[in-house]
Amino acid sequence: MSKDYLKIEKAEDKAMTVLFYLVGGFFLLLLFCLVAYILVKGFTNFSPVLFSFSEKGIGNQFFNTVYLVALSLIISTPLGTATGIYMVEYAGNGKITRFLEMCIETLSSLPSIVVGLFGYLVFILMTHARWNLIAGALSVSILSLPLIATTTVDAFKALPENYKEGSFALGATHWQTILHVLLPAAIPRIITGIILAAGRGFGEAAALLYTAGMSTDINWSNWNIFSGTCPLNPFRPGETLALHIWGARTEALAPNAAQIADFSSAILIIIVFSFSIISRFISGRISRKMAQ
Amino acid sequence: MYNREMIKNEYLGRMIITICGILVIVLTLSIGVFLLVKGAGTFLIYKHSVWEFLFSSAWDPQDTSSGGGKVGALIYIAGSLLTCGLALLIAAPFSFAGAIFMTEIAPKTGLRLFRPAVEIFVGIPSVVYGWIGLTILVPFIKNLFNLPHGFTVLSASLVLAVMIFPTITTVSADAIRSVPQEYRDGAYALGMTRWEVIKGIVIPAAKGGIMTAIVLGLSRAFGEALAVAMVIGKTKAFPRSILSPTNTITTAIASDMGGAMEGGEYNTALWTMAILLYLLSLFFIYAIHKIANQTSEGNNKCRKTI
Repeated sequence: MSKDYLKIEKAEDKAMTVLFYLVGGFFLLLLFCLVAYILVKGFTNFSPVLFSFSEKGIGNQFFNTVYLVALSLIISTPLGTATGIYMVEYAGNGKITRFLEMCIETLSSLPSIVVGLFGYLVFILMTHARWNLIAGALSVSILSLPLIATTTVDAFKALPENYKEGSFALGATHWQTILHVLLPAAIPRIITGIILAAGRGFGEAAALLYTAGMSTDINWSNWNIFSGTCPLNPFRPGETLALHIWGARTEALAPNAAQIADFSSAILIIIVFSFSIISRFISGRISRKMAQ
Repeated sequence: MYNREMIKNEYLGRMIITICGILVIVLTLSIGVFLLVKGAGTFLIYKHSVWEFLFSSAWDPQDTSSGGGKVGALIYIAGSLLTCGLALLIAAPFSFAGAIFMTEIAPKTGLRLFRPAVEIFVGIPSVVYGWIGLTILVPFIKNLFNLPHGFTVLSASLVLAVMIFPTITTVSADAIRSVPQEYRDGAYALGMTRWEVIKGIVIPAAKGGIMTAIVLGLSRAFGEALAVAMVIGKTKAFPRSILSPTNTITTAIASDMGGAMEGGEYNTALWTMAILLYLLSLFFIYAIHKIANQTSEGNNKCRKTI
């Protein structure tokens, strides 16, 4: 009787182990197929015209994406880092810190379409502007702000306490300690957060739908920054790669719209991968350094 | 002299940092306030009741500022609930199995192969998921079930399931990993098999974290707009089965906001939907905190009895 019971238990254990291996294998396979499909589909029938800066290619959209993410990081990096520093260093353990934590949590869990609507309301409707890149960048920075703030908090908390004590013992003020001792030591970790935020910014679409706009009109020989067609003018509409894919589902403006969307997907995935690999590389180096 | 030094070395920096912190608080509050101001018009200007908005399925707001239409959003709310619920049903078992696989069964492969793979899943932009859904899944479902088109609740749920799977997997894997090794050692010493340990010890001990994972997955699914919009079909009707098209809150906002007249009844009703999304994400945060509190209380009780 008890022998049978043991047998059943052992058989069940084996069966479940096999099942778990199957599920694990299934996911690795699914991911592999997904990525391979996107890359293969994106690069079959590849022609250099896809890179061109016209409506047959994605040159303009690619430039807009990079420019918009750069603008958003210029805004969210200082603000996010400062917020993080405030939370760990200055706010103490009181009610304000708790409330600020709640705010960061709320911001990070807001659906990006809601953030997009807020951006549309504040940066477009209230300023009476048309769609523009800076409004898109501001909306994306609302999304990346909590990520950068929390990585900053984690980075500062991971520093050894004696860094601070040593600096205080030399007579430095709290601010001097932060600026010259703690921040430099925390920067590699903060950079991982910024890279992650950038990776997310590249793929963001819902927040840009009503802020950056769905059109782009760039004249590459026009370098007057106040002109509406100058590539560097942040107050012009700028469709990003992700929005371009969204646009390809119905409004087939170019005859090769589907091909462009496939190619854009492949490019987006390559960007996101390289960013995640870079951030893994950096955090791997940090943990090796810490172990020494 | 002393004061001037202190201003330069401490107070100025402290002030800038504090202003940044306060700015974030103001930003968060103002998102809520602005949404409320815009969306409350449905009830204050156009005199609809909250009851009508939440529980009526007659959706026919006028695209003018004279009002008089109907703003029952039940179809959209039901659509969101159905697609997200179904996505969770599909994703949750697979995610738990994945989490157990990468922590209990094959921790080395898990760390070296599975975890980075799951992170890549998270990184794939949502429009790319939507595009894949549109070009592979929708035709596939159409041919499989002999439908006139493949825009169905099922397609949307499958796309959402793939999107929330990494969230649920990583969070529950973290919870499983934080179960103390002594629990397992004790159970093994009693002669339990690995599956018995997982089923009887590890999963119950990690219950709080697993619940958090579910809530996080749900909140991601509720907020997703464009990927769902690409595969759900956007019809203004309740789905008859999981093989018929419907609409969701986020989809309605994403596709209709641009065309609606600013300040009109239609536009205002869409803003009210945005309030609903905002309140839902607050509710999800509340639920996560509630679970965390209960879990830590439970753990404390356990420790006391030991």
